[in-house]
Amino acid sequence: MKAATLRLLTLAIAIAIGLPACSKDEAATDPATTAIADDTGGSAKGDFGPPQGAPVEAVLTSPPLVPPATGRTAPAKVIVSLDVVEKDMEISEGVTYTFWTFGGTVPGSFIRVRQGDTVEFHLRNMPDSKMPHNIDLHGVTGPGGGAASSFTAPGHVSRFTFKALNAGLYVYHCATAPVGMHVANGMYGLILVEPPQGLPKVDREYYVMQGDFYTTGKYREKGHQGFNMEKAIDENPTYVLFNGMEGSMTGDKALTAKTGETVRLYVGNGGPNLVSSFHVIGEIFDKVWYEGGTKFQENVQTTLIPAGGAMMAEFHMEVPGSYVLVDHSIFRAFNKGALAILKAEGPENKAIYSGKEVDAVYLGDQAAGTSRAPVAAAAASAKSGNLTKEEQIAAGKVLFAGTCSTCHQPDGAGMPGVFPPLAGSDFLKANPKRLPEIILHGLVGPVTVNGKDYNSNMPPMSQLTDDEVANIGTYVLNSWGNPGGQVSKADAAAARAAKPANSSDGH
Amino acid sequence: MRRVLAVALLAIPLAGLAAGALGSRYVGLPGGVFKSVLRYEDAKDGVRIAPFALMRRPVTNAEFLDFVRTHPQWQRGKVAPVFAEARYLSHWAGPTTLGDNALPDRPVVWVSWFAADAYCDSIGARLPNWNEWEYAAAADETRRDARADPAWRERILGWYSRPSNTVLPRVGLQAPNAWGVQDLHGLVWEWTEDASSLLVDSDNRTQGDPDKAKFCGAGALSMDDRENYAVMMRVAMLSSLDGHDATANMGFRCAWSAPR
Repeated sequence: MKAATLRLLTLAIAIAIGLPACSKDEAATDPATTAIADDTGGSAKGDFGPPQGAPVEAVLTSPPLVPPATGRTAPAKVIVSLDVVEKDMEISEGVTYTFWTFGGTVPGSFIRVRQGDTVEFHLRNMPDSKMPHNIDLHGVTGPGGGAASSFTAPGHVSRFTFKALNAGLYVYHCATAPVGMHVANGMYGLILVEPPQGLPKVDREYYVMQGDFYTTGKYREKGHQGFNMEKAIDENPTYVLFNGMEGSMTGDKALTAKTGETVRLYVGNGGPNLVSSFHVIGEIFDKVWYEGGTKFQENVQTTLIPAGGAMMAEFHMEVPGSYVLVDHSIFRAFNKGALAILKAEGPENKAIYSGKEVDAVYLGDQAAGTSRAPVAAAAASAKSGNLTKEEQIAAGKVLFAGTCSTCHQPDGAGMPGVFPPLAGSDFLKANPKRLPEIILHGLVGPVTVNGKDYNSNMPPMSQLTDDEVANIGTYVLNSWGNPGGQVSKADAAAARAAKPANSSDGH
Repeated sequence: MRRVLAVALLAIPLAGLAAGALGSRYVGLPGGVFKSVLRYEDAKDGVRIAPFALMRRPVTNAEFLDFVRTHPQWQRGKVAPVFAEARYLSHWAGPTTLGDNALPDRPVVWVSWFAADAYCDSIGARLPNWNEWEYAAAADETRRDARADPAWRERILGWYSRPSNTVLPRVGLQAPNAWGVQDLHGLVWEWTEDASSLLVDSDNRTQGDPDKAKFCGAGALSMDDRENYAVMMRVAMLSSLDGHDATANMGFRCAWSAPR
């Protein structure tokens, strides 16, 4: 307490000195002032004396919840009792894994103390555990971080005591042989050592921790999956997850917030191997206490969290909707599970984010060098009732380039075995009337074109107007040796109304 | 060689045990120079293992029940606390009754090192030492030393990664290894005679640290084969326990020395 007051005073003096001479040059050439103002003194200044008052039982929470602020202004004796539990849990839907846990969850229970607190730690290894375990808290000053003092056989409890000298957000983990396997099985969590003045108040706090997992089976292979040491040594994870399970914070379990609120995330990375490029899609971190330390950076898109490291991030919610927490090493998010949702509720704020205002066809490269003029001309003629077949073909060619050529290729040749050819197509020749129907409803299932079998799924192109369908159809019928003919707007409208049996429901 | 030795062992006259009983319950191992995963400062090229005989299977509840009936000082409630902690045989229905949680053909667990040692002593045997145990357990069904095979390790790790909150299977359910010994892996942890000197540092990461006081005990031991996690974890388990401790998955089997 005394030290804190002193530090605040120093800060105040530094600011008072700094302000009158506010030119940038002056500030830059005065490193001494900056150093004094910036330095908390670390562990040397972290001992606020013996604990005061009756011992306090620490509130432990399971992820994604965070215990309330300690609210203390004096050092206390805090008792932490943490159970080591080995248990089968789902790692993904229909996939179970034997996790080794601190407190029965992955990550383990969140511990919150205040700088200067004396922590009496009780590590209890459940009697039905197969393994001995211990705990190394990165927030402990002393050899092994408590590991050497907490080696605990199944059915035993170990006790050790430490003083939390450094403020910050720290990882704890098991350090029993082989360490990598114990960590890979989920034995990690976070301990927050609040600075003496506490942390700024926010509306919501959440606890998220990334970890990489190595199973004998493939990603999402059903049933019970064992740990695979070879994959772990190769650093080739099957899963990269937030809070130990794919979908741990999605759907009904998504994190929630309201617009107008400030959210603080306590994010750790248990590893064992990967470094996280932590990002929230759609948000910018207003503040990141990078590496879980004392200082914050402002206005951050993605922050790096080392294995065995942590960070705190704050952001203010302005716009309702779903925000996606990812490891921006992005294949991990979409192919290995590193994905969670924060759902913000509240009124829309169109001034900040409009939502989708326009969804128009963008032709991109396919239409490059092609004039849109024929389309406009055809549209004008259609309106006046003077649309000719030639105008339709010209407009259809442009539209085809923008829509159909991606699969059927600009020359209508298709791709052998995948996308049927339109050029010289016996399938089209047999029934040219089907063309608008296929464009509008897609085509799914086996077809034989020019003697080759195809079995794909063409999605319905119902975004096209009847005019556009008529023009594309006419272009196709009159190109690449096809039989010729014309598709009218009325034909397209009729085709739109009908829905053949083998139409596609989309991709 | 193996057969000859087995015959030799059968010929050992033993008080209280018929030769036939010995033959069916034990199997002879020839011994030799063996490279342990533990690092011995005084035996860098391997440890010499003398010929010995090892129980084919871990001691069962039924067998241990016979022992406590004839040695009442080892019954639950009668045993001195320095020899066995309060949970000693706590899964038995009574001091001399097994009950549903301890079926006769299941390996006996919740036994302390002292109790295991006394049992073996009562039949004129002893606990195997770590080297003997590791030597016997290096085999798989077809090879006497399968440790280099990643599949061997994976199988053992597979057992480690299953929690032990389910009922134990009976002894002898697994196929015998190349020596004819069963259940060395995949059933229970097992006490060794020298368990208390297996001083693996409780903080695994400091093993390169020459802090002799911490982990250079009787054998000046440390792990030599860091790839061999499977064995390393067994050593870690043994080193986490004291002689009076008992756990839900720690059992034992006995061994014999061949006559010199």
